[in-house]
Amino acid sequence: MFIYLDHAATTPLHPEVKQAMLPYFDQQFGNPSSLHQFGREARAGIEQSRRLVAEALQVKPQQIIFTSGGTEADNLAIIGMAQAQAAIGKKHIITSTIEHHAVLDACHHLEKIGFKVTYIPVDHTGKVDPFHIEQAITSDTALISIMWANNETGVLQPIAEIGQIASQHQIPFHSDAVQAIGMVELDLASMHVDLLTISAHKINGPKGVGALYLKDNLNWSPRQFGGTQERRRRPGTENVSGIVGFGKAIELASQFRADHIKQMSRLRDAFLDQLEVPYEVNGDLNQSLSHILNLSFPGMQTEVMLMNLDLAGIACASGSACTSGTLEVSHVLKAMKLDEERIQTAIRFSFGWGTTQEQLLITAKEISKIYQRLITNVC
Amino acid sequence: MIYLDNSATTKVIPEVVDVMTDIMKNMYGNPSSLHGLGVKAERLIETSRKILAQELGAQPQEIVFTSGGTEANNLAIRGTIESYGHRGKHIITTMIEHPSVYDLFQKYEQEGWQVTYLPVDQQGKVNLAALKQALTKDTVLVSVMHVNNETGVIQPVEQIGEILKQYPKTLFHVDAVQSFGRLPLHPVKHQIDLLTFSGHKIHGPKGIGALYIQKNRRIAPMLIGGGQEYDLRSGTQNVPGIAGLAKALLWIKQKRVARLPAMESWKQAFLKSIEQIPLVKVNGAINRIDSVPYIINLSFPGLKSEVVVHALEAENCYVSSRSACSSRTEKVSRVLQAMGASDQQAIGSIRISLGFLSEADDLNRLSQRLCKVIPQLQRVMKV
Repeated sequence: MFIYLDHAATTPLHPEVKQAMLPYFDQQFGNPSSLHQFGREARAGIEQSRRLVAEALQVKPQQIIFTSGGTEADNLAIIGMAQAQAAIGKKHIITSTIEHHAVLDACHHLEKIGFKVTYIPVDHTGKVDPFHIEQAITSDTALISIMWANNETGVLQPIAEIGQIASQHQIPFHSDAVQAIGMVELDLASMHVDLLTISAHKINGPKGVGALYLKDNLNWSPRQFGGTQERRRRPGTENVSGIVGFGKAIELASQFRADHIKQMSRLRDAFLDQLEVPYEVNGDLNQSLSHILNLSFPGMQTEVMLMNLDLAGIACASGSACTSGTLEVSHVLKAMKLDEERIQTAIRFSFGWGTTQEQLLITAKEISKIYQRLITNVC
Repeated sequence: MIYLDNSATTKVIPEVVDVMTDIMKNMYGNPSSLHGLGVKAERLIETSRKILAQELGAQPQEIVFTSGGTEANNLAIRGTIESYGHRGKHIITTMIEHPSVYDLFQKYEQEGWQVTYLPVDQQGKVNLAALKQALTKDTVLVSVMHVNNETGVIQPVEQIGEILKQYPKTLFHVDAVQSFGRLPLHPVKHQIDLLTFSGHKIHGPKGIGALYIQKNRRIAPMLIGGGQEYDLRSGTQNVPGIAGLAKALLWIKQKRVARLPAMESWKQAFLKSIEQIPLVKVNGAINRIDSVPYIINLSFPGLKSEVVVHALEAENCYVSSRSACSSRTEKVSRVLQAMGASDQQAIGSIRISLGFLSEADDLNRLSQRLCKVIPQLQRVMKV
């Protein structure tokens, strides 16, 4: 038995995505920059994907830049904006304390080279208050970057309100939507989002491909130099099969989004119903992505719990995968000012395509067993 | 169909597709995850890293996976300048580098760096005397490609490494995208600090490459946040791509011993067979020592590259006008110009490149078509 409840870390490839990718390995295998037929076929694949991604975000295809993943897209958004904006004297960035490390570390880097960064705190449910953002704005503010939904708690951020504020002050607004894509409608125009990060491997697409949406006429500079690919905004031979897979994955995600959201909510509610041990929810279930659930089990240390679940064939996580390798204390839960005990006992369950009620029932039962075992051991 | 544009990219072999699809289906974990599926993915990466390290005579922790050759070149150069830029303001490269090196040096030149672009001789080989003359104690970086992507000429990187022994503070970067897996190159032996390679030129997948970083050199990362790849390249690793690259390397290692000499004899026979074409000119060195057997560059003065490429395509034969990365912008080949070619020659060049799926007959058939098509075009264009 194997139960995968770590879809926020990465997801299995959808068979239709795989089918879409396969011909680009050994049939339409050309270099998209080549002028001959093989090149043209590969290019057509990329452009078709670009249209699919643009459609899902309701933007123009030429506003989509394909990257090697979410981290590169976040870096491109933040450092690319900061560098260009610094040239006109704007050296202040506003972000939050709960961002993904791809955003936070980019901001730390900018601080080292002379930028000022304001890290907006969150409340105990993990939400940013738009009022704090408005207060932080100065005449030097170059960029606001707030994630659409948090990757550890699933909590949705007030993107519309922040977008409104950013637009009123004419400050470019970036949002990392890596976890939100496929789970909410990303209406960029009405939300006033100017830059958006998405990634394929969180929506049953391949690893190694992501995208950055870049609104027209932004004061932004590229980071990588070389060929003319992606209109010089991101040179390098395109990962054609990956990009084609991304297009298919986002098409499927958009097509089934409404049903998928309902299904994930049902799974989440059923799971909570079936849990027979005491738990606390970290975040806010009413304003959250329905496929991410962050729970603390008082008295059960995260590592012990994870290890026991893993032995039982159940994969879940302590927090974001990018930091869980180190078993650091979650910066997100810390930012929510939760007490030490709660932070030390937190587990992230994340559902997705392939997750069933039965799997969750087994998981809930397994958690009870582990709990009984641990309690007996203590006594 | 005759595909002779393998220096632009290659067909992925079935063995690699199998490895990748198996991983995507069964070992899809995030390598940073602590659970079993994550650990499996991490092991795949570490096994692949060892395979690559072995080829270079390096240690596994000296290999950092990137999204491809362009990113690896950018990381090598930018990372060096950010970490060692305080040592001086001078950097050296050549006039014939790939755009992912050349364009970056131009950017640094605009930002005030002193840049030396080493010239090449008529054979397309970098001038070592010019290098010796340009080197100073302030030189932070020397970046020279191993095999030129347009002419196939092998650059004297071993000798450059020898020269650089006297400059221990100067870092040496080699773009080995066009030689990796085919020609042996041991960075440790030749003072090479940084070495770029890529998957899709050796029948592996696109979207994956790597940079060798000598263990005592600390270069600044370009992608940050997450700390993967020893903090040198953050972002969830492209696990199937990484394993696909390793598999492609293992496959090509098996083939190369027999295949490279065979290619050499096909190439020499081909060059002989096209001698009869009026005005044809072979660009760059063609001997076994100074050039690789899998890249041939020809000029037909008076005919534009695109015209020749399209005429051959009509005959089901796929070659290119120059490097794919610059084929959409450059009117004239910068590489051939650096070799002192006339504009006529540089405008009318085509690149023929073999892969490890190419057969002797591919070149025979190309030769037949060239012998037919070129005189026709020359009549029409009144050359």
